[in-house]
Amino acid sequence: MEEILRVEHLHKKYDDLGVLEDVSLSVHKGEVIAIIGPSGCGKSTFLRCLNGLEDIQDGRVILHDEIINPCDDVKKLQKSREKIGMVFQSYDLFPHKTILQNVTLAPVKVQKRDKAEVEAEAMELLTRVGLESKKSNYPRQLSGGQKQRVAIVRALIMHPEILLLDEITAALDTEMVREVLEVVLSLAKEGRTMIIVTHELQFARAVADRVIFMDGGNIVEEGAPDEFFDHPRTERTRKFLDNERFTVTEQPS
Amino acid sequence: MDISAISQYTPLFVQAFFLTVKIGWIGIALSLGIGIVCAFVMYFKIPVLTVIVRIYVELFRNTPLLVQLFFIYFGLPKLGLTISAEVCGALGLGLLGGSYMAEAIRSALEAVPPSQRESALALGMGKGQLFGLITLPQAVSSSVPAILANVIFLLKETSVFSAISLMDLMFTAKDLIGLYYDTTECLVLLVIFYVIMLLPVSFLGRWVEHKARFAIYGD
Repeated sequence: MEEILRVEHLHKKYDDLGVLEDVSLSVHKGEVIAIIGPSGCGKSTFLRCLNGLEDIQDGRVILHDEIINPCDDVKKLQKSREKIGMVFQSYDLFPHKTILQNVTLAPVKVQKRDKAEVEAEAMELLTRVGLESKKSNYPRQLSGGQKQRVAIVRALIMHPEILLLDEITAALDTEMVREVLEVVLSLAKEGRTMIIVTHELQFARAVADRVIFMDGGNIVEEGAPDEFFDHPRTERTRKFLDNERFTVTEQPS
Repeated sequence: MDISAISQYTPLFVQAFFLTVKIGWIGIALSLGIGIVCAFVMYFKIPVLTVIVRIYVELFRNTPLLVQLFFIYFGLPKLGLTISAEVCGALGLGLLGGSYMAEAIRSALEAVPPSQRESALALGMGKGQLFGLITLPQAVSSSVPAILANVIFLLKETSVFSAISLMDLMFTAKDLIGLYYDTTECLVLLVIFYVIMLLPVSFLGRWVEHKARFAIYGD
């Protein structure tokens, strides 16, 4: 499969605090990668480095053949960002725009596409996630799960080559997690390339082609989901998985 | 109460009313212009200008309008610049209001969550689009109540114009009281005309507020 995104020896520091240390990754077309790890391990920062929302101190991010981080060419960076869709934990819909406007704003203003064509596609996508009736509502009138589905649609309508999902269910009630994850599952089935940062281990296992475990700014272990979850190779991974599953590893004496 | 006195003074109050409204609104328009420019300077942290704007804002927010008017009205002629009382009033109000408006707009701009910026950038927007399509409209809707409060405050501040012999409502009332001792009649007229001036602003303001804030804040 064709390689879409390559990360080479990425280093990221906040002042003197090293957040990412020598992270490399290759993403192929149609691949779904789940990144898991404890809070503060750098997984969200890593995702944000991929579309240049964070500066990096060393290494590079390459989309197809273009280096997009570090990148001094603002126009080029903006163009690449159109190809990288991102969905955030806190939805971050535009509160002053209706649902339909939220979805159509960037394709019309950034990509300069025809408004009627964009609106038709927006309605198609909103229908797909079951929110066509909300098109004239404002974000404040939607539930968290609905907002997150709109945020996914807002990313999809840009026709991105790769989707970055940053803990998109972390702020949701349990009941709403499912409606959002089902949308992501259906995207995976139609062959979308995605990098998903998540705390939902069951979901990671179900959706991913490859699972990456990060800790302390490094990739500790990666592998196919069944292999990764059933036979973790490192002690650190085992410990993390046990914690997340509430498995009792040692009997207190 | 002497009704004939009231009917006799009313035309004078009407005249003063229009003068007050005219200068008040010119001053408010000026204050919005100054406020917007200063807020942008502070928001974008433009070097040197930011310092100047900060000094201006603090100076004018922390001195009374009366003192500012005296400086402009009696001070400028000493520098060889003579301006009419009307221009002085509008300028003073504009400068005082500008410092309040600047703070209201700046804080509204800064209150737009950083995550809005990131989601706009992630969609490929440039800095101009981010500001024009995302930050500014949200700041406008959150700053409307503060701006309206400033407008009402500034319209009431026009009452100190009488100190620079501008024939506004307050001046007219004081003048007539001094001449004819019809204190009650004049004060009643004074209150009535201030209410006529401000009540529509309050009602209109509520409507503007609803329009500007409905999307984000609801009813």
